[in-house]
Amino acid sequence: MGKRDYSPFGADAKRAVDTGLTAAEWYHTDVPRKVMKDLMARSDGPAIRDTIILYGSMIVLAGIGIALWPSWWSAPFWLAYGVLYGSASDSRWHECSHGTAFRTPWMNNAVYQIASFMIMRNPATWRWSHARHHSETYLVGRDPEIAVMRPPELAKLILNFFGILDVIAFIPRILRNAVSGPTPEERTFVPESEWPKVRRAARIHVAIYGATIALAVWMGSILPLMVIGLPRMYGAWHHIMTGLLQHGGLADNVVDHRLNSRTVLMNPISRFIYWNMNYHVEHHMFPMVPYHALPRLHEIMKPDLPPPNRSIAEAFAEMWPAFKRQILNEDYFLKRDLPPTAKPYREDFHQYVPGMMRPAAAE
Amino acid sequence: MPWIDACATDDVDEEDLIRWDHGTQTFAIFHSPEGEFYATAGRCTHEEVHLCDGLVMGHLIECPKHNGQFDYRTGEAKRTPVCVNLRTFPVKVEGGRVYVEVA
Repeated sequence: MGKRDYSPFGADAKRAVDTGLTAAEWYHTDVPRKVMKDLMARSDGPAIRDTIILYGSMIVLAGIGIALWPSWWSAPFWLAYGVLYGSASDSRWHECSHGTAFRTPWMNNAVYQIASFMIMRNPATWRWSHARHHSETYLVGRDPEIAVMRPPELAKLILNFFGILDVIAFIPRILRNAVSGPTPEERTFVPESEWPKVRRAARIHVAIYGATIALAVWMGSILPLMVIGLPRMYGAWHHIMTGLLQHGGLADNVVDHRLNSRTVLMNPISRFIYWNMNYHVEHHMFPMVPYHALPRLHEIMKPDLPPPNRSIAEAFAEMWPAFKRQILNEDYFLKRDLPPTAKPYREDFHQYVPGMMRPAAAE
Repeated sequence: MPWIDACATDDVDEEDLIRWDHGTQTFAIFHSPEGEFYATAGRCTHEEVHLCDGLVMGHLIECPKHNGQFDYRTGEAKRTPVCVNLRTFPVKVEGGRVYVEVA
């Protein structure tokens, strides 16, 4: 395939449409209808419990951090607060954008708006980018949420563990959204009827950040920014760590989530922060299954999936060398073996469609 | 317009739907909690995903891909990312069979 063009206006995007890749039917594991209905059933209970724990912990941690400020004794409390602010907000944004976390729509929307603000994403834009991410997962030029473009730029990945590039990209974008609505790239996936919402949400975000900065200047202290804004940087590492694992080092331009997504078993604290999105193949194949039902879905789908990575460390040990190989060979990707009980990958389809996976590139 | 025999009433669980294909068209046939039957176009107006794998909640059908929602009684789009209403078709029940008036 050679050099990839990730622009939504580029050659790869056009080829994905012209070859029928964007219209192709994705592989799905067979799950009986009654079982799937049970899995998709909505409930407010788990998300209310988790939201109380999350926001309650944030209030307590920030309160202690403020009380101990500016002593270094406040640092551990800020670090814990930061992870909840700058990483748990990513998973809350994600689940609530799907509308599956809560049964009650206004609860989904409320947490979605708060989480979007904390993770520095325009709520009216990213809802649409994520819809595209699910329709056309890791189709080059079409998926606006490809976290690691090939060849990977490892220095950028490392900088983003501290949110640096994300925040640098966010500031001009939110200002531009506030003034003129979505950018030209965003207009490729946000319908025109939604453009006023993009501008309105951006203005609210800008106003809150402006007030926080003004308060910091008035106080002569960065303390207000330790509570609002900066935790998106000093607490970003966990969502970057887990986010990279979602698709990192795996195939692109395929229509089988077993080839382009990764399930990783992880510790309960990370699963709380990440809201079970470690079951990522399962989530992509059946995005309407709420986060709290994903462990059950995993057990049902397991015979049809590649074995999950058994820990975050094991998954990184698999992914990071693949990134390094992709620096020299963009077409390289990890292709995991399926268990004997699984339906095989659609090799014939993936070989037939131009621009798609080349099995020879895998090892 | 012809009335076409689509399925038996027993084929669709209450508060659920099935897919029904006729000619080149594909439909979704719904059984509401009140025991009424409804028919709509089969594919979501957002990205052409078939609704048959979606979840019925009361009078809403949720697209299995992106959680766009429609009121299947009227076809009205109720939640983004769907912005375009779903086409609906008249339905009648006779002798335990569901008939759809196909345009």
